[in-house]
Amino acid sequence: MDVKAIRQMFPILDQEVNGHKLVYLDSSATSQKPISVIEAVENYYRKDNANVHRGVHTLGSRATDQYEGAREKVRRFINARSTAEVIFNRGTTTGINTVASSYARANLKPGDEVLITPMEHHSNIIPWQQAVKATGATLNYIPLQDDGTITLEDVRNLVTDNTKIVAIAHVSNVLGTINPIKEIAKIAHDKGAVVVVDGAQGAPHMKVDVQDLDCDFYAFSGHKMLAPTGIGVLYGKRELLENMEPVEFGGEMIDFVTLQDSTWKELPWKFEGGTPIIAGAIGLAAAIDFLEDIGMDEILDHEQKLADYVMDRLRTVEDIKVYGPEHRAALVTFNLGDVHPHDVATALDSFGIAVRAGHHCAQPLMKWLNVTATARASFYIYNTEDDVEKLVDGLLKTKEFFGHVF
Amino acid sequence: MSFNNLETLYRQVIMDHYKNPRNRGAIEGDALTVDMNNPTCGDRIQLQLQVEDGIVKDAKFEGEGCSISMSSASMMTQAIKGKSVTDALKMSKLFSEMMLGEEIDSDMEMGDAEALSGVSQFPARIKCATLAWKAMEKGVNDK
Ligand SMILES: Cc1ncc(COP(=O)(O)O)c(C=O)c1O
Repeated sequence: MDVKAIRQMFPILDQEVNGHKLVYLDSSATSQKPISVIEAVENYYRKDNANVHRGVHTLGSRATDQYEGAREKVRRFINARSTAEVIFNRGTTTGINTVASSYARANLKPGDEVLITPMEHHSNIIPWQQAVKATGATLNYIPLQDDGTITLEDVRNLVTDNTKIVAIAHVSNVLGTINPIKEIAKIAHDKGAVVVVDGAQGAPHMKVDVQDLDCDFYAFSGHKMLAPTGIGVLYGKRELLENMEPVEFGGEMIDFVTLQDSTWKELPWKFEGGTPIIAGAIGLAAAIDFLEDIGMDEILDHEQKLADYVMDRLRTVEDIKVYGPEHRAALVTFNLGDVHPHDVATALDSFGIAVRAGHHCAQPLMKWLNVTATARASFYIYNTEDDVEKLVDGLLKTKEFFGHVF
Repeated sequence: MSFNNLETLYRQVIMDHYKNPRNRGAIEGDALTVDMNNPTCGDRIQLQLQVEDGIVKDAKFEGEGCSISMSSASMMTQAIKGKSVTDALKMSKLFSEMMLGEEIDSDMEMGDAEALSGVSQFPARIKCATLAWKAMEKGVNDK
């Protein structure tokens, strides 16, 4: 994988921040966008912009073809059986909310259980809290081991005949833990539960084959995988989606409308009320082309090497505490001695290094870690070992600075 | 190694308030209590005020957060203690203007809190610095 050539495709990386060359280590929050994605969106607006699925004019057909072409591209990317199973939306949060508002509310009753983990992002916690409140079901948690992983034995013990939904992150955005989705799905299916995967940190970084994982729903966000903000995908198994009610009602999603009643379009459009995110979907298709040109296995391999490298290098920094397992995705969440993570992030920013600080939308996990906040550096296809060196150097300088003013 | 950029923000007096906070703790007896947090970053403060005849007799805080939010709470309590509520609110307004990088045209003394003027060059940190002041405003306005 030629990272140098890849970096050339990301004009934003070629700039100075606070007098230093930018080192962007916040791709888990959102990734940067290559020229091809920016141009795909621009070309669409310059040449083909029109609303989709309505009107007979030429631009309308072009826009519709590109929008539906993007859906087919996503279908192939995640190996769904059919484009009926690929719903475009705003992102992971929207996808999980769709399942929680529609599937969960229709299928949960008092005594039923939803099973999640303490490592979830708020967007894979709160929709379930709301769904169990509305239905009288209960929300249970698979406990975390000391290193921030879960065990299949716990999953086996906790999935009972009452469990209707198991919802879990493919990859934790804080710990970097990679969860064994396929095995979890097997256990859940044996008990008749469905599995909802928060794929926000999965799909951008590794090959996702929804048939092989055999998950029932998989939600992810375009903006974390080189595409624009505002576009996301919910994959769902057709037989489940067929029986679900739409969550948003209005234009684009109807079949017939009379004064008192309406019928829905077929899948996937019944879940896409209103004018869809056309430019976003076209940008996502270009992003998938970019990722597939490199190869998802190559990307995973590159990131695994970076993850090992950063773990090794951070071990040399005194007083640093890294959270999560040894084997992980390419992100590290840490605290540096007594220096508050916001202060760490401000100091690193003064050296041109962009990291995230805060609770990372995972307050229950912060509580489990017994911290109020942490700093996080996350890596993607355009990051190098040199970026890791700059991070380590920046951390040493940060320690020096705060050691001296304290 | 020069840390010019960082030194604009992290002045000695700020770090001193962070390491040795003034007025940290709880007020015994009657006091109005305000809880406030910054949901985007997790900083949290509990501020207690004792107001009598329009004068802030005592102010204490507890909380968790970065050096900017905690030192600001320490400096804020120091600044408003013994002042009238009207003056405390005036100071808060001046402090907000200082955060926007505006020249302060007033003879109101804010004491150490003025050392936080450098925050205006770090827009992402303004919310940290204003948390305690916002809590104080809420406290006296709700009363
Ligand atoms: C694990 C995880 N789940 C869900 C989300 C939410 O994604 P979005 O904000 O794109 O809906 C994120 C992004 O921050 C994430 O990292």
